[in-house]
Amino acid sequence: MAFRLKLVPDNTRIDFFRWQWLTFGASMAAMVLSLVLVATMGLNFGIDFKGGTTIRTESTTAFEVGDYREALDDLGFSDLAITEVFDPSFGADRHVAMIRIGTTDETGSVSPEQLNQIEAALHQVDPQITFASVESVGPKVSGELIKTAFYAVGAACLGIMAYIWLRFEWQFAIGCVVSLIHDVLLTVGLFSLFQLKFDLTTIAALLTTLGFSCNDTVVVFDRLRENLMKYKTRPLIELMNLTTNETLSRTVMTAVTTGIALTAMLIFGGDVIRDFVIAMLFGVVVGCYSTIYVAKNIVLWLGVKRDWSKKDPKLAASPFENAERP
Amino acid sequence: MLQIDRWKRILIIGLCLLGIGFAVPNLFYAKVESHNDAVAEIERTGVETPELAAARDAWPSWLPSSVVALGLDLRGGAHLLGEVRVAEVYKARMDALWPELRRALADERATLGAIRRLPSPEGTLKIEIENADQIARATEIVRGFSNPVTTLTGAGQQSLAIQQAGNALTIQLSDAEKAVTDDRTVQQSVEIIRRRVDEVGTREPTIVRQGADRILIQVPGIGSAEELKSLIGTTAKLTFNSVVGTGTNPDARPGVGQVILPAADQEGLYYTLEESPVVTGEELTDAVPSTDQNGQPSVDFRFNPTGARKFGAYTSANIGQPFAIVLDNKVISAPVIRQAITAGSGQISGSMDFDGANQLAVLLRAGALPAQLDFLEERTIGPELGQDSIDAGRLSSVIATAAVVAYMIASYGLFGAFASISVIANVILILSIMSVMGATLTLPGIAGIVLTVGTAVDANVIIYERIREELRAGKRVAKAISDGFDEAMSAIIDANVTSFIAAAVMFFLGSGPVKGFAVTLTIGLVTSVFTAIFLTRLMIVWWLEWRKPKELIL
Repeated sequence: MAFRLKLVPDNTRIDFFRWQWLTFGASMAAMVLSLVLVATMGLNFGIDFKGGTTIRTESTTAFEVGDYREALDDLGFSDLAITEVFDPSFGADRHVAMIRIGTTDETGSVSPEQLNQIEAALHQVDPQITFASVESVGPKVSGELIKTAFYAVGAACLGIMAYIWLRFEWQFAIGCVVSLIHDVLLTVGLFSLFQLKFDLTTIAALLTTLGFSCNDTVVVFDRLRENLMKYKTRPLIELMNLTTNETLSRTVMTAVTTGIALTAMLIFGGDVIRDFVIAMLFGVVVGCYSTIYVAKNIVLWLGVKRDWSKKDPKLAASPFENAERP
Repeated sequence: MLQIDRWKRILIIGLCLLGIGFAVPNLFYAKVESHNDAVAEIERTGVETPELAAARDAWPSWLPSSVVALGLDLRGGAHLLGEVRVAEVYKARMDALWPELRRALADERATLGAIRRLPSPEGTLKIEIENADQIARATEIVRGFSNPVTTLTGAGQQSLAIQQAGNALTIQLSDAEKAVTDDRTVQQSVEIIRRRVDEVGTREPTIVRQGADRILIQVPGIGSAEELKSLIGTTAKLTFNSVVGTGTNPDARPGVGQVILPAADQEGLYYTLEESPVVTGEELTDAVPSTDQNGQPSVDFRFNPTGARKFGAYTSANIGQPFAIVLDNKVISAPVIRQAITAGSGQISGSMDFDGANQLAVLLRAGALPAQLDFLEERTIGPELGQDSIDAGRLSSVIATAAVVAYMIASYGLFGAFASISVIANVILILSIMSVMGATLTLPGIAGIVLTVGTAVDANVIIYERIREELRAGKRVAKAISDGFDEAMSAIIDANVTSFIAAAVMFFLGSGPVKGFAVTLTIGLVTSVFTAIFLTRLMIVWWLEWRKPKELIL
């Protein structure tokens, strides 16, 4: 029983600030890159945000996307996308396609007649075809959903910031929020890079990631606060290293258990939910990274109110030099 | 920290056992569900058929019988988001006001001069009187039709807003009255939609108001959103109007107070009708599908006493004249009155098949929607896709739990096993709480449970890591464990509060699947704190009391 799997050895003494310019710089670069990606490649918005109709077809016989397209081309939809869906659990006799049609009119949905035409046309190509789901969202709702999504992410950040400010110091709150923004931007960037479907559930995944990332940050901050009280005279940077080393084992443990659970969902959870799980899994990884390399750097630069704190020479170079200081 | 009172131990174990008890029905989902349906059916109809009794007795009635409600994405069904055209009611109100107002103003024709209605935007009523100097008197008369509106924000506002310009008056509903009307319109719509959906008899439909003028309708088990739409998308406004004439030109100018409506079964035929109906569908008490004397599908209806009286008076005064039966602004038929109909019942026939007759009867019984609905969002999910998602979700939950348990035991040995028991108890508690609360499980919700499996150990990890440190610092086993729990507490609370904030935001953001996810996540947060702090500690305390270990390798 004495065997213990330990991914992190006891009493580590890693200097997490040794490469701080590199890591922090990389984070900033990744954030900028994400913004550039979103600006240039855009996001593959689902119908929640863009409006339109998606139809999921299933068939026991193999099909060519081209055949479907040909059948539907005559119906004259300007904005039509057909993709084949693959999943390891499907087996040889299950062939799934997603058909997406852009909004056609004011209220947005494809009319029942058009829907019947589509179904009839596909039936001609493949008599075995069934329609597993049909969903349509009008532009009015999708516009509102985008707005709500923005507000939601903003509100979650503010709420978390307020809580941390109450429980800790404002420097911690800012550090946490910057790392949250970092996580959100990087996840959005990933969705842009791989053109994964970005819809309401992605926002839910983002919010969960926020909660998780913060959860991690808070555990570290909690420990840091304890150490600040314990060692009144040691420099902040040393205490931060100490804290991170002390909590490293826990950070890794939790990231691994969460990672294991999500990976199981990623592999066996089916294709319907895959993008959602990808967003959460990626979020967990970035969240873990940003706790160590983003949140603390910000706190370090902002400084924490302590008696020993003299003017830190690094502050001059900090991007927060105009920030309010206590 | 290591002394736990006996009653606390009983409470912790009791809660866990209770959780298991309430989660068990979910293992026998189909059986419990048919039991519940049978009980409800027997209660509703009062008739106990052998099949129903068998379904009921398949699950013992003394066992808990609430199961987790499955969301549409897991069960299959239709989802609609409709927006009520509340402004339609303003028009109806103004149009209904005009005949009364005309009568009142006409009584004083001697002073006011001739009165006529001028064309004006929908929802307003513009009246012109001949003698401009008497406009104040006219305004006074109109004001007599206005009532004080009582709203939450205060009384004192009038229901009509009257504008005076020269010799014309423009009347419309005041903003306060509009707000009250909107509210009532949407509420009525919700009720009527509920009645219509209930008539069809599907299980557990969700019909709720969303925001100011929207209604969310979710019906599990229904074939498609189209089917649902045709059921609730029809206003089913039935009126009986006098016929002025017929023609073929839809754009002909009708006289004041008259409308031109198309015939339902004859292309190109238009009727000119008196706009104010003789009787409306609101005065029906019953409607049933039947057949007419030619064996064609039809609907028999019966009026309430006032409706019957009005209809009787009208038919006896107009023998030999046609009258129109109008449904949703189409003339279904325009029979000629052969004799006075005083019995208060009648028949609608023409241009419908048997399904149509059946549906019409349902719609007439449920009542007309006060205004039309626009559908902003519609989703249909097939039951097979839902079942696939359930299977995939179940498989991945089991694998995730097994993997996390293995990893925890490999990392912490016996204590890892304790944490694993807590994690499994946590999943059971989530399911039982969702069952009892009637919360809906969605596919993202399943992902939420899987995620919770991963994060639920977090609290235990924080505690264990802390105990390890305390042990390394040279503390005795009991002291290290006790301090470990104490010191880890604030981190656990803070960490869960931030997650809770995110989940709360999601709850208010989301509809359907996302909301289900938020609910699952929130319940998971609460239960994981409970199992990590109380259940794990109880197990550790028992172990300490039993083995009294001198040293601990963690």
